[in-house]
Formats: sequence, structure tokens, C-alpha cells
Amino acid sequence: MMAGAIRPYQAVFRARFQLLLQYRAAALAGFATQCWWGAIKVMIFAAFLAGPVASPMTLRQTIDYVWLGQAFLMLLPWSADAELARMVRSGDIAYERLRPVDGYAYWYARAVARRTATPLLRATPMLLVTGLVLPALGLGQWGLGAPAGVGALGLFVASMALVVALSSAFSTLLDVLVVMTLSERGVNILVAPLSIVFSGSLVPLPLLPQWMQPFMQYQPFAGLVDVPFRIYSGHLAGWPAVAALGRQAVWSVLLVALGRAVMRRAMSRLQTQGG
Amino acid sequence: MSGSAIVVDRLTKTFRVAERRPGTWNALAGLVRRRHRDVRAIDDVSFHLADGELLGFVGPNGAGKSTTIKILCGILEPTSGTCTVGGIVPWRERVTHVARIGAVFGQRTQLWWDLPVIESFELLRDIYRVAPERYRRTSDELIARLDLGRLLSTPVRQLSLGQRMRCEIAASLLHEPRVLFLDEPTIGLDAVAKLAVRDFVKTLHREHGVTVILTTHDMHDIEALAERVIVIGKGVILADGSLTSLRRGALAERRLWVHFAGEPPAAIELPGAAVRQRQARSIELAFDPRTTSAHRLIASVASTFEVEDIHLEEPPIEEVIARFYAQHEVDG
Repeated sequence: MMAGAIRPYQAVFRARFQLLLQYRAAALAGFATQCWWGAIKVMIFAAFLAGPVASPMTLRQTIDYVWLGQAFLMLLPWSADAELARMVRSGDIAYERLRPVDGYAYWYARAVARRTATPLLRATPMLLVTGLVLPALGLGQWGLGAPAGVGALGLFVASMALVVALSSAFSTLLDVLVVMTLSERGVNILVAPLSIVFSGSLVPLPLLPQWMQPFMQYQPFAGLVDVPFRIYSGHLAGWPAVAALGRQAVWSVLLVALGRAVMRRAMSRLQTQGG
Repeated sequence: MSGSAIVVDRLTKTFRVAERRPGTWNALAGLVRRRHRDVRAIDDVSFHLADGELLGFVGPNGAGKSTTIKILCGILEPTSGTCTVGGIVPWRERVTHVARIGAVFGQRTQLWWDLPVIESFELLRDIYRVAPERYRRTSDELIARLDLGRLLSTPVRQLSLGQRMRCEIAASLLHEPRVLFLDEPTIGLDAVAKLAVRDFVKTLHREHGVTVILTTHDMHDIEALAERVIVIGKGVILADGSLTSLRRGALAERRLWVHFAGEPPAAIELPGAAVRQRQARSIELAFDPRTTSAHRLIASVASTFEVEDIHLEEPPIEEVIARFYAQHEVDG
């Protein structure tokens, strides 16, 4: 009965997904901010790469990396689930333990909804404006270019699916840590800068110093931004690209295992205050 | 599943509480060395409950009622001791266990805040993997019994507390559990809503034979519902029995109101009866029914004075419980 087994997780995913799609005002505000940030970053990189420098990335590749980064910013696991944090504080979390489901999978399904619905809302206008409107206005060189090829597009789509898996594993781990520390603030303060810097969201990872590169390519955050966006522009292609997809998958599995272990520990030590 | 539906055996739960003494210095010292204090929420609690019984769990705030319930629900693990519900140890086989029980925590919500009530119900249907035709039958009955028809399309955040509680109770029963835990289900409700909840629980218990464990601070809930009461204080079971036996043990006293045609007499001398209070036209007498017979007392009052009306009362249940707590030195 495979269909029956996944029914609860599908149901909670669907409910969260539909709910998150309703936050249109937040999406619009986010879109405006991200256009602004993206434009500034494009100008800065254009200034840097204009001189006679030997850059590990072309300006074209860098601009694609920046705009994709802005479009899919909400895929970064930079905060725990605010709703779960509220439930921890109010004690409603007790009800979560009353459901006849695998607790980790249940929260993972919530995280997948969060890491697909919100990015979808934000990415759609962003991709339209940078990929279609800017070229139509004759500003194509500052907008998002076409993918490097059909192969690159296929690998990019596969890699983005793995980003969702990896980011949801990160997010669920954060949720479990919130249960342990009873507040999402500490967790968010720690993880937001980590995920922005090490994913490549702040500065594309290939532009960081040479001596950092081996470490940067193997750490888990690279699989959130750097891998798919370099594949898109053709900076990462062929077997190295496939290997990078492999690293995304391995990190996803490891983070799921870690999240499950921490959750088991957190739940056995659960205390419910307030009578 | 026969015999005891719930067996609780020497259950103990200790919480570790971080302690900080007042003052800046102690706050700084706390950064280096934390002081912990062990708080025993429940201590050596044992009881049996038969299939289909309705148990009221009573005790002052912090007595350990909710901790016991949460262990029985599989949410908390005890420090020592064990319990089984329908033969299952709740925290060992949590998923199997929680599929068979229902729970309502009066101060929490299990409905999705932003969703209409009916969508919460449908989510729960999927989470508990209830078959469609069974869901239709159960939800129809619950909606009719709890009069939820007009609330179904309202988002939960817009419901009044009484409406929400009726929905919470329905939500806890969609998967037709055999055991229902109600933790302060009437807290904060107005008189009408309380009556609705009580009536529903009574029917559920009588017609469907559901085993119910109820905690409450409202003694009228207990009076209306519970065949059996466990009083818990400071984590220890103080009494286990019927309400009548609890009354007999704590405050057996009965009260006789005597209403006079004219001015009440200045002094009343009746063997075995004491004056509790006087009002303009009436006097309240207290007596112990074990030593003084009510009918002899009434006869002697009626023959001595010009009496208009007489009625007999038992002390209100709140007073019995307060007396009981005082006897056992637990704070109410």
C-alpha cells in the first residue's frame, strides 16, 4: 500500500503549498528588493570584470549566476519554520506528536512545501523580467541569458530538484534544532550568514580565492546555489557537473540522516511546560 | 482488548529545571555554571482503567495531571515506571498508539489556524488515513451532534472559543479512537458551551462506549460526567474512587436551610447541629449525617419554631475538593 503510506505527507505538503502561495504581497515586496540587489550586484561585477583581469568566470556567466541567485533566493535554508517555532513556544507541538506519522517525514514534507511554493512565487516574475523583458528592451547583455545548451538545461533542472531536496533537509534540521533550543532566533542568526556566504549567494564561489576552492566545492552549501547556476551558464559541464549533482545527493542523504538522529534525541527529551 | 484498557504502573517523571537566583552577579555566574533542580512532576502513580470507563482527573495547578496524560498519549517518556493503553506502551510504539487514541488539550489547538474548519478535518482524514466512506459517516455524525454545520467554512482564527472547542473535539474523533483524552476541555468556556461539551462527552461515552480520561478544574464537569475520580496533588495520587466516597471522606457535612415565617429566633439549641450563617429570614444549620439523622433534625426544627420552608443541601463540590486539598496540604 504505497499510495496509502505517503497520503499524510502529500496532504500536509499540499495544504502548506496552497497556503504559502497566498502570500502575494510579501512576494511582490521581495521581488522589488531582489531586482534592486540584483542590479547593484550586476553593476559591481561589471565594474570588476571590465579591467584586464584573468577572471575564473566570464561576465556573462557571472550575470546569469547573479540573476538566478536573486530569482531562487527563497530556496536558501536561512530560517527555521516560523509556524513550528510558534508551536514550540505555545505547546501546540504536543499535537504534532499525536499524529500517526513519521515525525521527520512529516516535517520534511512541510519544508518541501516551503522550499517550493515561496521560491515559485518569487522566481516567476524575476525570470520573466530578467530573461524576457530586459532583452526586449535591448538590455539583453544585463539580463539573464539563455542556458548554455539543451544538455546544460537538463542538468540544471535535475540539479534544481536536488536543491529542493537538500534545502528541505537543511530546513528540517533547523526545525529540529528550534525544538531543542525553544526559539528560532539563535538558529536563524547562525544559519543565515552561513548559507548566504557558503552557497555562493553573496559572491559566486569561483570568484573566491584559489586556496579556498577545494573546500568550497565539497561543502554542503555549494549544492544550494553554486552547482545549478554554474551548470546553467556552462561554467560547470560534463562529468564534473554530474559529480556535483552526486555531491548534492550525498549531502541531502547525510543531512536527512543527521536530522532524523537529532530529532529522535530531541523528542525523547521533550518537555511540555504549562501543565 | 478486554479487562483493563489502561494500566499505569508506578509512573514517575522528573524534569530538570535550570535555576537562576536573582541579581546580576548570579546571572553572570549562571553563564559559567548552571544550577539545575529536579522537579518531580509525578511520583509513583499507579491505576487501572477498564474498557469504557469515564475517569475524572482532578488536582490543583501543577499537580501532574497533564504530565500523566501526556505520557499516556505517547508525547512524553516517563523517567521510570510503565503504562499500557490497549496493551501498547505509548512511547515505544508511538505511531500505532496515537492512531488509536484521540486527544483534546483545552489550551492548545490542533486545527490549522488559517484554514476553514472543514479543510482541517480533511487534512486530519488524510493524516490518519481514514477511508473516504468511513470519514463521511463519522464526520456527518460529529457535525450533526456538535452542531458544526454553519462553522465548517469559517477559518479557525475567526471562531469563538466555544465554537473552536466543539470543532477541536470533533477533530479528535474523526478517526474513531477507542480512548479519548480530554485535558481541560471546558477551560474558558461560557455556561452554554460547557453544557454542550458535557452533553456530547456523556453521549459519546454512553452510546459509543469510548473510554474517556478527563482533567478539569471545573467540578461541575466532574459531577456531570465522571463515575470515578482520581485526585492528584504534588504528583501523588491522593484519592481514587467515586465522587460520593470522596465527599464522605473529605466533607461529610450536610446543610439545612430553615426559612422562618417571621423574625428568626436569636438562638437555636439543637443537638448535633451548628449555625453556619444567618440571613434576614433564614438560618443555615450544619450537621453530620453519620451522627445526626436528617429527618429527626427537621422534625425537631418544625415542632419548635414557626417554619415557612426547609431544604437540605450538600456542600458544593468545590468546597469538598478545597477541604480535601487542605487536608492533604496541597495548594489549590
